[in-house]
Amino acid sequence: MSEHSPPRSATEGASPMQREPAVTIFERGAPGRRSFVCPELDVPRRDGLLPEHLRRAEPPRLPEVSEPELARHYVRLSRRNFDLDSGFYPLGSCTMKHNPRLHERVAALPGHARLHPLQDPRRAQGALELMWNLERALAEIAGLPHVSLQPSAGSHGELAGVLLTRAYHADRGERRHKVLTPDTAHGTNPATVTMAGYDVVKVGTAPDGGVDIEDLAAKADTDVACLMLTNPNTLGLWDRHIERIAAIVHDVGATLYYDGANLNAVMGVSRPGDIGFDIVHFNLHKSFTQPHGGGGPGSGPIAVSDRIEPYLMAPTIVRRAPAEPGGGNGAPADGAALEFDLDFDRPKSIGRLRGFQGNYGCFVRAYAYIRSLGAEGLRDASEVAVLNANYLLARLRRAGVADLLPAAYDRLCMHEFVLSGAPMKRDLGIRTLDLAKRLLDHGYHPPTVYFPLLVEEALLIEPTETETRETLDAFADAVAAILAEAAEDPEIARQAPYTTPVRRLDEAAAAKRPVIRQPA
Amino acid sequence: MADADYPEDLLYHPEHDWARLDGEEATFGITWYAQDALGEVVFFDPPEVGTPVARDEAYAEVESVKAVSDVIAPLSGEVVAVNDALVDAPERINEDPYGDGWLVRVRLSDPGEREHLMGAAAYAAALP
Amino acid sequence: MSTYTAVTDGDRRAMLEAIGVSSIEDLFADIPAELRLGRELALPAGMTEQDVYEHLRELAARNRSAEDEITFLGAGMYDHYVPAVVDMLLSRSEFLTPYTPYQPEVSQGTLQAMFEYQTAICELTALPVSNASVYEGPSAVASAGYLARLANGRRRFVVSRGVHPHSRQTLETYAHGFGAEIVEVPLRDGVTDPQAWAGALDEDTAAAFVQQPNFLGAVEDVAPLAAAAPDGTVVVGAYDPIALGVLAPPGACGVHVAVGEGQGLGNRLDFGGPSFGFFAATDAYLRRMPGRIAGETVDADGRRGFVLTLQTREQHIRREKATSNICTAQALNALAGIVYLSWLGRRGLVELGELLLQRTAYARQRLGALDGVRALHDASVVREFALGLDVEGLEGVRRVIDRCAERGINPGFALGSELPEHPDGLLVAITEQRSRADIDRLAEALGAALAAEPRPQGVAA
Repeated sequence: MSEHSPPRSATEGASPMQREPAVTIFERGAPGRRSFVCPELDVPRRDGLLPEHLRRAEPPRLPEVSEPELARHYVRLSRRNFDLDSGFYPLGSCTMKHNPRLHERVAALPGHARLHPLQDPRRAQGALELMWNLERALAEIAGLPHVSLQPSAGSHGELAGVLLTRAYHADRGERRHKVLTPDTAHGTNPATVTMAGYDVVKVGTAPDGGVDIEDLAAKADTDVACLMLTNPNTLGLWDRHIERIAAIVHDVGATLYYDGANLNAVMGVSRPGDIGFDIVHFNLHKSFTQPHGGGGPGSGPIAVSDRIEPYLMAPTIVRRAPAEPGGGNGAPADGAALEFDLDFDRPKSIGRLRGFQGNYGCFVRAYAYIRSLGAEGLRDASEVAVLNANYLLARLRRAGVADLLPAAYDRLCMHEFVLSGAPMKRDLGIRTLDLAKRLLDHGYHPPTVYFPLLVEEALLIEPTETETRETLDAFADAVAAILAEAAEDPEIARQAPYTTPVRRLDEAAAAKRPVIRQPA
Repeated sequence: MADADYPEDLLYHPEHDWARLDGEEATFGITWYAQDALGEVVFFDPPEVGTPVARDEAYAEVESVKAVSDVIAPLSGEVVAVNDALVDAPERINEDPYGDGWLVRVRLSDPGEREHLMGAAAYAAALP
Repeated sequence: MSTYTAVTDGDRRAMLEAIGVSSIEDLFADIPAELRLGRELALPAGMTEQDVYEHLRELAARNRSAEDEITFLGAGMYDHYVPAVVDMLLSRSEFLTPYTPYQPEVSQGTLQAMFEYQTAICELTALPVSNASVYEGPSAVASAGYLARLANGRRRFVVSRGVHPHSRQTLETYAHGFGAEIVEVPLRDGVTDPQAWAGALDEDTAAAFVQQPNFLGAVEDVAPLAAAAPDGTVVVGAYDPIALGVLAPPGACGVHVAVGEGQGLGNRLDFGGPSFGFFAATDAYLRRMPGRIAGETVDADGRRGFVLTLQTREQHIRREKATSNICTAQALNALAGIVYLSWLGRRGLVELGELLLQRTAYARQRLGALDGVRALHDASVVREFALGLDVEGLEGVRRVIDRCAERGINPGFALGSELPEHPDGLLVAITEQRSRADIDRLAEALGAALAAEPRPQGVAA
């Protein structure tokens, strides 16, 4: 990648794709065209089944396209995306690791894909066993005994966690109204806190990148219900005071919540439950490689400690002796006779967070991943994720970019690290955004930019364990090449990208006068 | 407006808001520094006429593409007019923060509060 | 064991040297020894790809899927045919493997698909605003409650008992957090009791919730229900999108926020997920919408393009004041939705609705004529209907279902497991995959199962 230099202007960079104007599916087709052929009416037609006033007056203005048109439209559209299978995607905090295609194959097996969620549990034993096994595996990885797979994504798991905290305190007759979140937290943390009816109290960050212990101690009082923490945090750093943090929080009777967005650093190395966390959420679409689909689906199971378990969402999966007609609920005689079932009888439960049992299709993939890797493979994944991140950080230094893009915290990182573009902005006159856009011309997806908020001109880089050393080398060289180019002519980066299907888009215009659907 | 400017005839609040006094009323807006830090303003959510505003407290929000900023009242009173033109052209806050980009007009409840505000030189000196 | 890493021993040595440490252990030096696991996780050893496939295939074989029986199960998710073109497009790396479109220059495929999806949802609902999807149906109902709570500051939700039990339960869970009480309005003759509804609504009502068709399959007369809501109350309709080919859309009935389960639109059953929830609203709630919204704009050279817009609503910017905490939603499932709706097309959606209407009427009549079966209501239905069986309560219904299962038929959902007021209820769903012959087989199986069942004491057959 480094030996080839990408176009430096729009004229040079224009690709055939760029000359193709964006046309929506609503602008294609013609009246009367169709893909779907409706089955013949095979029952006697009856009139008047719906009173006229309840009927739709006009058919909805949906596209009218043939199947070949439909296929071509979306295939061409797909080619206007950058994707993980095509290139390096070091998007910090998102864990863009390879998505094995085995997972798609097994998830598509009709026994999984065409299983109705209300099928009688006796006729869905394979699915319940899979969920049970996944729960046991996640419990072991978290170091916490109980799991609910129900939440639909990380933020949904967070909501579960804070509502569980509320139920836990309420059951003890306590009314607490504050939840602590570090100023480095993902935005979902404070948003969740408000949704769950608590007040957000921000905790500062110490010079070493960890939680400011003094600030935490000052703010931790008996009004605090919970501390939500990501560890390693969003700076990619392991909090060196994690034991003291846990002690401070537990001493005031609050719960400790683990945002599992960064679990990929520590699988099989260290377990949140062993540190004292009460509630953990997993992002199956990050650590366990559910494909992200351009913004979902995700899945956000949670693991909890014994003291939180009574409040877990209903239903839970249980393994018990089959119920006999006439009522046999005796202890199981032997293990082989046990059946999996859904247990709705949970008097202290916070209730449901969604329909049915969760994103089962994601469970199939995550389970396949865990069974493929096993204990050793999961630990290896985390170790290599951390190795790759530190190597890339070292490699960027060696490429001579450290003066312009210094690490925000000069220590070993975990699975990701933060650079600050502040010196680059000052000395070269290009911003982190410009660097990101120029990386697109080099064929890379840029890192996460302008997050975490407390690092000026931040770049959050997470290479993941599935990238090769050669890729990391080439990426470091590309960053160095962009800086060298900007030293000569910063305008090239400021106007980048040149090779993408569209160039920089006017986001202000989109927000000022929103056009969010195709006008009729 | 491309360059920093802090007119002498205005009073300034440390949260980057200005007030232009006019008898028992005052016009409020955000300073050049505030609009520059925010970037292109894409939305202004005005309070309704008649809403009470309290000194040092937020009475509206301005938004750019990637940020939301509370607008802090430099003085207390009741909103008597809002700049409706900003609904269609919020960019006026960037283009002319002290003129067409004014936000609200307020009938003051405690004219003595002006003692807490700064003059242009003091405000400019306090900027980072 | 499978591995998806590429580090050879030689790589590892060179990389550690470049970092300036001597072992992988050193990289974890910040983690105190007592916080290290110090052993392998107690998990089964890794397996080869073919062994994992075999294990997952074996688990799948122990489920009875819609491929293994003739199923009339619905109650929120439906066995519609998923066209092959959906599978083809969703399996493309370009749609399957990217993250949320944070870099619009290289995400035009996803962004434009979102824009098209939003357009289709607006057309379907006759409402001007749609987001790019939320998690799924019931949590979409709860999210609508949060929108209302923030929009008008009121603390009371009025909810028809015709709303899906999972939606009502989810709303309750959410409301317990953000602080709102729920008042339930009963059904009468299968639909929301209009007097009780009007009586429950007051000036303190944040939102009023109705489902169309409701959980018993009955078509509600939504317009007068919506009209009964006081000023400022957000009227929320939870809709079955498939039924919108024939039913008056929410936008024409005075509904302010229309939500629903999108599974029926090109998504497989997947034992309950992932699917998507749709979320549409009137203009008044544009800036209060949860989730991602794609908008049209132009690039530096004036080319048409699409971006995520109105992002200041969202958690990553507005944080504790965000309209929702949602981040990752269901982009790929919503893509299936827009591909499916384009595949059905303008006429197809209506034809499908008419087919369901006719077949459902046939099934309702055919089953209703069986000995031991009665209608639970006489309201109009589109694709699902509720029956009462003359059996001994929920257990009796379950035995009937078991007997049908032995003949390869799944007759539907035992209503009593969610609605205690209908212990002997059976909810039967029809899709385009259930032919007249299938319905006739169901009638035969159900009739035989009922004949084998003891009649309850004191209930007329």
